[in-house]
Amino acid sequence: MISAQNPPASPDTGAERMPPGAVGASVPQLDGDEKLTGQAQFIADLYRPGMLHGAILQSPHAHARIRGYNLRAALALPGVRGIVTGDDLDARHRMGAFIKDEPALAKGKVRYSGEIVAAVAADSESIARQAARLIEVDYDVLPAALDPAKALEPGAPLVHDDAASYVSVFDSGTQGNVCSRTSLVEGDAASAWAQCDVIVQDTYQTQAQAHLSIEPCGALAEIDASGRVTLWSANQSVFRVQANVCESLGLSMTRLRCLTPRIGAGFGNKMEAHVQPAVVLLALKTRKPVKLILSREEDFETVRARHPVTIRMKTGARRDGTLVARETELLLDGGAYGDDSPGVLGYALLMNCGPYNIPHVSAHGRVAYTHKMRFGAFRGFGVPQVTFASEQQIDAIARQLDIDPMAMRRLNIKRDGDRWFGGQGIFSNGLADCLDVVERESGWKAARAARLQPAGDPAPEFRRGMGLAVSAHISGLLATGAIVRMLEDGTVLLSTGAVDIGQGSNTALTQICAQALQVPVDRVAIASPDTDGSPYNWGTTASRITYMTGRSVVAAAAEVEKQLRKHAGAMLECAEDDLELRAGGNIGIKGVPGGGVSFAQISGYAHWAAGGPIIGSNSWVFDQKTVDPKRAVALGLPFGKIGIFSFSAQVIEVEVDTLTGKVRVPRAWTACDIGRAINPTLAIGQVEGALVQGMGFALTEEMVWDGARLANPSLMDYKIPTFAEMPDEQHTFLVESDEPTGPFGAKSVGEIGINTVAAAIGNGIVDAIGTRLHKLPFTSERVLAAMMPQEQA
Amino acid sequence: MSLSKHALTLSVNGSPTEVRAGLHDTLLTVLRDQLQCTAAKRGCNQGVCGACTILVDDRPARACLSLAVNSEGADIRTLEGLNDQPDMRLLQQAFAKAGAFQCGFCTPGMLVSAQALLRGKPAPDAQDVRKALSGNLCRCTGYTRIVSAVLDAAAMIRKEPVAP
Repeated sequence: MISAQNPPASPDTGAERMPPGAVGASVPQLDGDEKLTGQAQFIADLYRPGMLHGAILQSPHAHARIRGYNLRAALALPGVRGIVTGDDLDARHRMGAFIKDEPALAKGKVRYSGEIVAAVAADSESIARQAARLIEVDYDVLPAALDPAKALEPGAPLVHDDAASYVSVFDSGTQGNVCSRTSLVEGDAASAWAQCDVIVQDTYQTQAQAHLSIEPCGALAEIDASGRVTLWSANQSVFRVQANVCESLGLSMTRLRCLTPRIGAGFGNKMEAHVQPAVVLLALKTRKPVKLILSREEDFETVRARHPVTIRMKTGARRDGTLVARETELLLDGGAYGDDSPGVLGYALLMNCGPYNIPHVSAHGRVAYTHKMRFGAFRGFGVPQVTFASEQQIDAIARQLDIDPMAMRRLNIKRDGDRWFGGQGIFSNGLADCLDVVERESGWKAARAARLQPAGDPAPEFRRGMGLAVSAHISGLLATGAIVRMLEDGTVLLSTGAVDIGQGSNTALTQICAQALQVPVDRVAIASPDTDGSPYNWGTTASRITYMTGRSVVAAAAEVEKQLRKHAGAMLECAEDDLELRAGGNIGIKGVPGGGVSFAQISGYAHWAAGGPIIGSNSWVFDQKTVDPKRAVALGLPFGKIGIFSFSAQVIEVEVDTLTGKVRVPRAWTACDIGRAINPTLAIGQVEGALVQGMGFALTEEMVWDGARLANPSLMDYKIPTFAEMPDEQHTFLVESDEPTGPFGAKSVGEIGINTVAAAIGNGIVDAIGTRLHKLPFTSERVLAAMMPQEQA
Repeated sequence: MSLSKHALTLSVNGSPTEVRAGLHDTLLTVLRDQLQCTAAKRGCNQGVCGACTILVDDRPARACLSLAVNSEGADIRTLEGLNDQPDMRLLQQAFAKAGAFQCGFCTPGMLVSAQALLRGKPAPDAQDVRKALSGNLCRCTGYTRIVSAVLDAAAMIRKEPVAP
């Protein structure tokens, strides 16, 4: 087990001490020098010769037909170089990860307040913004569907006139305002309720959460003399940027090269398109480089956010605590465009039981189109929402049966040999160890025995409690590749196409490559993603880079090793079987110490004498089936093969101010089974960051609509956690089960840390004040109202 | 809105620098767009996130809330102009070692605020650090490692006293 307090054997910076031990060492992020001196270049920091500046015009209406545009006044403003509107688009061209329903910018209709209606390129940003305000749009305002449940009622205003005609990449069931529907069923829940001694049933509501990467979204497009476009943007996948822009503008992929600057964090918001299509359209129209950076308010209103979900959940158990049945019904507000919503719904249903064995499960859900901004991928991808409901229900059952919540989990969790809901196998599972760790480290038993009277003996109006929650997450999905090239001097260039969004994947992948070839990390350089030169990588999402891309890196490095051995055999005049790869970049003869040939010698030989440059490559697509049809019945599941499983357990101590209702988190303990930690410091950093982002979700963050309009699109009015709200103590533990399919045993860590937070805090509030809340976030007002006796509330 | 520009001489990172700024142009706009001092970041443009924190006459200031035309005569320093200072180098080392940054977008502002804290209070405790940096938002790290990095740097700086 690894923790911040108990670091692994090779701590900190010891890159030079550790060929071959690159894996498992906390190498500082390789781009640290540029990030710590202010030299790292993010999208807003890029400038090109002759560059124009862009600005957007947003819709003031949630739903309106666009009758026409008057651009005369805007075009007459000195310094304005071009304006693009829906008139520049072909109505047949639409983008979408699952359903092709979204134009590059509003075409014919606006579908949410804040939607991009036009974009301007001008000599300066202030001129562009002024010109955008001079554009006149003639709107025919239409009634809007703002509430997802009402949007699905007969007669509701339609968000898309003929949604059923859209191209969908799976059986989405799209029609009317149903964006997608999915169900997954195992056993026979309807008749299993009779076997249950206790049943809990409730409706839970989660809110829209803004990703709030501190860097707002933006893009810079440049066009060459032949009309080919180069596009830099804030992104999580240069390949998804390429696909979205080309689909929405009807371009061949040969006409667009996508690159990435440093990324000022992405939590899902930068995975699919934001302003890239509009910026490419401006470059095509003006034949000049154009940079457009969204303001914070525009970023809030136009990019995307975490889905508000209404969760109806019912769980039954036997008297001894054994779980028997679960029914879940989800309604996601998808907003105006499909984006990643069908994926979020499908994944939330797949994960709705958490890491428990429940024999009878019926899980259904729908995504509703509404006249709101699109909701999409956000760290956790639907799991924080279902876990909020599920882990509170497990806790409620434990309380009703007077079973220790920790014991309740132990009784029901997945163990070796168990299969996931739907039927997929689980190859490594350290969840039981995670529970042991948080139970021991948090002092759970003593606290429970004492009903936790607080350590610091605060004033009596402060009540403390402890909440437990567990979760699982996948790492996997879709296609990835790696190319490992040996340079002429025997050093290594790694190219994967995976965008490092700040979490440190460049560092982890470099460590994996260095370990595979047994060289120090400073002998491996990693290429920046480039659709012209990198192998395809679906994206930095689904907690997939370490596991998926890491596995490709290992395989590509093995290919290089094979070629090295072949050359070394010729150079040393011996059979390849008699050779061994040695730490530090050398191949020698087994049993003969010293000698051998260095990578530099071999690479020189390959470049100048025989065989040509040494290049290893690998491609793969995640290949384990999610659903076993003998076990489960699935309808409209958007992914047939999803990923392998990581696990977590978390205890959060909460303190409730019973006079104000304010909830604070003094201490938290989190244990994650992420397989082998490639870089423990970076891995722990993911869990710590996810905890605090999850605290925002649980306690303060809520996007609020005033009618059709987002009422709080600013950091003044939308509160993310600051240094003031961080826990006084947070203890993170990495439980290293060995994932047999992972690179050096690794699986994922990017998202799992956020899944449990709201549920653990909710359970802690029950422990502190005896009241359970079903609606997020747990603001002071809601906690106070919940504490009041029913007649007063 | 007046689009006329005024010629100004600003002292940026120790050098007098000619710029042209309209009455509405913030110091952040001039630093980034005219002088390519891009260490200061625009995260919110309303003084909340702290990513644009710079030093004005040795005190941390929000470049997005300062008007360029009001900044003549002031000693303006961005992270680019503080990188060579020994206490900043120790802070950067401590940040690297602790893993106190991830995406790095908030980091320049965070470092400028931290340096100002340590110059005024060489031996802070965790609460002092949390209070001094509470105007700098980070969405990646969860803050814990930033607090420990600043405390580690403070200890290192106390060991090797440096002239400001």
